[in-house]
Amino acid sequence: MSARRLLTIAALTIVAISIVSIVWLRAPRLTSRATPRAAAAPSPTAPAPPGRKIKARLFYVADDGMRLAGVERDIAYGEGASEQAREIVAAQIAPVVEPLVSAVPAGTALRAVFLTEGGEAYVDLSREVASAHPGGTLNELLTVYTIVNALTVNLPAVTAVQVLIDGKEVETLAGHVDLRQPLAKNLSWVQ
Amino acid sequence: MNARSIPRFSIAATLAISLGLAAALSSQAPASPSLTILSREGRRSIPIAMVADQEFVALDDLTSIFQLTTREDASGAVTVSYKGKTIILTPDQALASVSGRLVSLPAALTRNAGRRWLVPEEFISRALTLIYDARLDLRKSSRLLVVGDVRVPRLTVRYETVGPTAGRLTIDAVPRALSTVTQDADRLSVKFDADALDAPNVLLTPQPAPSLVTAVRVVDATTLAVDLGPRFAGFRATSQTLDATQRVVLDVLGQAQTDATPPPAGPPSQPALPPQPALPGPAEIPAFGQPTSAIHTIAVDAGHGGDDEGVHTAEGVKEKDLTLTVARRLKAVIEARLGLRVLLTRDDDRNVPIDERTSLANNNKADLFISLHANGSMRPTTTGAAIFCAAFDKDAAQAAAALGTERLPTFGGGSRDIEMVPWDLAQTHHLTQSEAFAALLQQQFHDRVPLASRPIDRAPLRVLESANMPAVLIELGYLTTPEQAKLLTSDTFQAAAVQAMFDAIVRFRDTLTPPGGTP
Repeated sequence: MSARRLLTIAALTIVAISIVSIVWLRAPRLTSRATPRAAAAPSPTAPAPPGRKIKARLFYVADDGMRLAGVERDIAYGEGASEQAREIVAAQIAPVVEPLVSAVPAGTALRAVFLTEGGEAYVDLSREVASAHPGGTLNELLTVYTIVNALTVNLPAVTAVQVLIDGKEVETLAGHVDLRQPLAKNLSWVQ
Repeated sequence: MNARSIPRFSIAATLAISLGLAAALSSQAPASPSLTILSREGRRSIPIAMVADQEFVALDDLTSIFQLTTREDASGAVTVSYKGKTIILTPDQALASVSGRLVSLPAALTRNAGRRWLVPEEFISRALTLIYDARLDLRKSSRLLVVGDVRVPRLTVRYETVGPTAGRLTIDAVPRALSTVTQDADRLSVKFDADALDAPNVLLTPQPAPSLVTAVRVVDATTLAVDLGPRFAGFRATSQTLDATQRVVLDVLGQAQTDATPPPAGPPSQPALPPQPALPGPAEIPAFGQPTSAIHTIAVDAGHGGDDEGVHTAEGVKEKDLTLTVARRLKAVIEARLGLRVLLTRDDDRNVPIDERTSLANNNKADLFISLHANGSMRPTTTGAAIFCAAFDKDAAQAAAALGTERLPTFGGGSRDIEMVPWDLAQTHHLTQSEAFAALLQQQFHDRVPLASRPIDRAPLRVLESANMPAVLIELGYLTTPEQAKLLTSDTFQAAAVQAMFDAIVRFRDTLTPPGGTP
């Protein structure tokens, strides 16, 4: 075997090892990116992706701006109460198009939903729910009760909901509504 | 002239109307009476002719002002036309046929020496108004004709002395016009939300010196001055709506009369004069700031502040600035008129934590807590003020009630029952009174501050829950609705809102204070 041939084999071996190493090191990250996240939840107005569906009553700002209006939608089926709660909130906060108007600020993402055995749900939202909130007592009430009612109306096992931001308890979203305790269903804010 | 052709009322026109009206009303020279005509386009006067004690105006004057056409036929009948509608007048009949309908007049059409046709003034209010396309409001006693939607309230003033140290000035405005009252040294200014005033220059002739109110006069287009006597000590203004009348009642209180001359220096053995019986209190006059009041301190919370701007508009109007402005105005009015202590949770542009706002009220034992805000909506057409009371879920209310009282030792021995209330549930003990105050606010906002379709609501609002006194949060309107934003930032609206809140406070205080007794 000539020296030139040995050099060629060595070069090819190094290239092969490099390729295998790159694939090995990158593979976990590519896998994690493929994990579904709440922000990518399907819009209630978008074509429904294939899969099992359930009917859910979601809430949007009524025409007069003073209350919420309930709208029945097909949303993704979730295996178990916790997963179903996550699907409901994801569908509720997803962007909508006119004539629907969401009381949840655009850009708000769902980080997690936790359920307790006592029937309380903790909905962890991204900071945009507060930082992008336009303010006003009524706006804030409608934002909060959009989330609270979406879960308590559609999941009988959920009796109260507390909104968290970035995993932490907060006093209010915009200076008005007390979020330090789970809030019970309140249909007086619904037409 | 078409009164609807100019939609906006210029300042110049306002001035012209007002000054002209004041001049007209003040110089009603009997030798040459005239009828003053006010419209959005300004002021004009036409002469009044007296025929057999009846006031007439020339038909051709009306023709030129109201763009009428007149035609006289061979029988002597005169036809007055406006946009296809007609009035037929006959010289020997005190009647007019208005589009075929007969209306009576106090006198028939007649001619003066110059052969001009004259019609009684009532021709305007009984016949012409039926064919004209703008409102014609003839006020004979003022010799005034108001055309269209010009706001010219007719003012009447009445002053009564109530006891030796108080008086009541009642000002009626018809049609209704809101007003604000401010004090400037020895004068109260009553400014009306109107284009002009239908009132003589002097509404109350100068009163003798001991009187608390010495005169009431018109000082500018829309303002009355109430001149005060040297014994004036304070006042309280309240506003009432009575059908078409807006009534402002100014209760004025004077310093107690004291004998100016010191008692003669007699020998020590001289028996002292028996104590004089206390002067009877003025009937129906509230005792301003007296210790008998159930309200001594009011906390006014200007919502948001600092980097927390609250709702803001594209034009740069910020909720935090609006609430501070209104809070300052409310404080000034309450302190000046009621002599109560008013605490502002912030008096500048800074961020105040919510608990700090309530702490200020609780620690100073405020008797009432008012949090001022401006609302926001995702819909651009939402309007109206709303009043919020705190809401608690059943568990929280039961938890607060279950704590009950605890017997604690007191300094110096003994013990005392202390009611235990969790900080966050303090408001549970005051909800009934908070709702009563909210109802009074709704009542006083009526006709003065546009209300939302559901003016009173209950919600778990953080700033109210810890307030250990009756507490409400007032959303004055929607900054996110352009027309509302314009309204909320106007001086007129803010003055009306402050007056309404003030009146509600006075009524709330009265409900807590038994007549003549300590609550």
